[in-house]
Amino acid sequence: MKHEETKGRRISLEEVNRIAELARLSPSEDEREQLAAKMSSVIDFVEQLNELDTTSIEPLHHVLDLHSVLRDDVVRPSLPVSEVMKNAPQKKGDYFIVPRVIKGAET
Amino acid sequence: MSERAQIDNFTELGLVERREALAVGKFDLVKEVRRLSAKIEAKSVLNAFLETTDELAVECTSKLAHSEEAFPLRGVVLAVKDNIALKDHQLTCASKILDGYKSLFTSTALQRLSDAGVVIIGKTNLDEFAMGSSTEHSAFGPSLNPFDNSRVPGGSSGGSAAAVAAGLATASLGSETGGSVRQPAAFCGLVGIKPTYGRISRYGLVAFGSSLDQIGVMARTTYECAKVFETMAGHDPLDNTSSPVPVPDCAGNLDRPLKGLRVGLPREYREGTIQPEVANSVERAAKVLKEMGATITECSLPHTKYAIPVYYILAPAEASSNLARYDGVRYGLRRGTPPPTPPASGGEVAPPLPPIEDIIRASRQAGFGAEVKRRIMLGTYVLSSGYYDAYYLKAQKVRRLIRQDFLNVFDDFDLLLTPTTPTTAFKFGEKTADPIAMYLSDIFTAPANLAGVPAISVPFGFDDKGLPIGIQLMAADFREDLLFQVAHQLEGVAQ
Repeated sequence: MKHEETKGRRISLEEVNRIAELARLSPSEDEREQLAAKMSSVIDFVEQLNELDTTSIEPLHHVLDLHSVLRDDVVRPSLPVSEVMKNAPQKKGDYFIVPRVIKGAET
Repeated sequence: MSERAQIDNFTELGLVERREALAVGKFDLVKEVRRLSAKIEAKSVLNAFLETTDELAVECTSKLAHSEEAFPLRGVVLAVKDNIALKDHQLTCASKILDGYKSLFTSTALQRLSDAGVVIIGKTNLDEFAMGSSTEHSAFGPSLNPFDNSRVPGGSSGGSAAAVAAGLATASLGSETGGSVRQPAAFCGLVGIKPTYGRISRYGLVAFGSSLDQIGVMARTTYECAKVFETMAGHDPLDNTSSPVPVPDCAGNLDRPLKGLRVGLPREYREGTIQPEVANSVERAAKVLKEMGATITECSLPHTKYAIPVYYILAPAEASSNLARYDGVRYGLRRGTPPPTPPASGGEVAPPLPPIEDIIRASRQAGFGAEVKRRIMLGTYVLSSGYYDAYYLKAQKVRRLIRQDFLNVFDDFDLLLTPTTPTTAFKFGEKTADPIAMYLSDIFTAPANLAGVPAISVPFGFDDKGLPIGIQLMAADFREDLLFQVAHQLEGVAQ
């Protein structure tokens, strides 16, 4: 079997930057260095999985043999909004405060 | 026996004796709860607890005292890992990002235990978001091993293990994604079970690796561990990954004879660097089981060595997805915004906010610790375009091979006997510099999580430094009853 084309790859600073962007993190310069080194060592370590031929193996997503567990569509009481809002760091009435996220004309 | 010595024995008594003592008035549960709270305070150097709930405990205790109901678990004083929800109490996950958060509901596991008469004494320390094997990744500092304060209690459920080992609670809840109950149980001389995946509802357990996560129990005795387990276990409509398979009577069948039990010794669990005293404990346990009528045969789980690499792809991948919810908007720490203004009397002009991405990034950057960030980054990497097939999909395929190993071996065996950990408790700082060294302390425990099968760690002897040794038993899906039965009989002969 041909190995998936990742052998020997190490994670560069540029890749750390790209991944940090996707993960919504903003590591400092020092942290980026650390992440590049430690993530690379973990990726090197997991490369040993390529010793195994898994061409004909189905991936295992979940160990239980449960599929599409549904319940009756019955309305039940849920948490009151006032309760849910208790943990909000910034709120106004029943709303979470966020900056404008939809582009449009300023009001 | 002096009165003081007698009282100090409360947490050391078995559950049956404790209940009898309570029934005849030899102990007063309210007084015991107060005394344990004081003891937690006196032993605060252990840093086992992040919050004590003694007022709630006293309230519950009084209710029990005035009730005529049986309360099968009256006499259990429980410490709970601080990633399991208890209404109106903190749920920090030992992370700054959940600073100030209060649970809005109680987890199914804790609800069932409270209904059975369990008293909750506090919330315990852990590696941040349960990511670690030593509690050294807690944002609130590590917990100490009560056997030797220069050593880790194990992790991630280290606070829960330290609490029971130090006599601050009679049992505790932890959670497992890859060994986080069994490893600290082994390091602290306790019985600790990781049930079959889906056995105990995850409703109210903060998600880390959803296809792996499972609540577990630690206690001094197998009987108490089994009682707590069977009370929590069973289907819960609030968790659609909880299993409908009926829960057998575990605690009532501990003394069934072991004659004819087919025990396998997987050879892959005897390879590599294992502390000789740990290997010796496994040999001794095998001998004891043989004397009890079991057959002992070597067997093989050929994909064992791939468990840790598979785990360190799948668990971070699932974590990176689960932890995306911490965005500084709906709950938890928020950074990157101007300081909140006092409620304006007339004008309603809110201070201008920076872009939402900046708030999310600043909140996550300030709220998460180094190990959590590393795993989020790794998980994001293995799931990202171009790497998904090479890492994530590959790991899922090897996960099937690992589960298949167990299914094959359980055709011929009832039970597997292995060490729980390669060594006894290690020193602080010994493994923090090298993540892989830390990860490898879970080498014998992670396979059961990946395969979903139940596993238990039982104390079996001590090393030459006086540190407890844990041995592990693994069984087929939903055979926790067998694990408890064998564990109980081994504990009868462990020194």
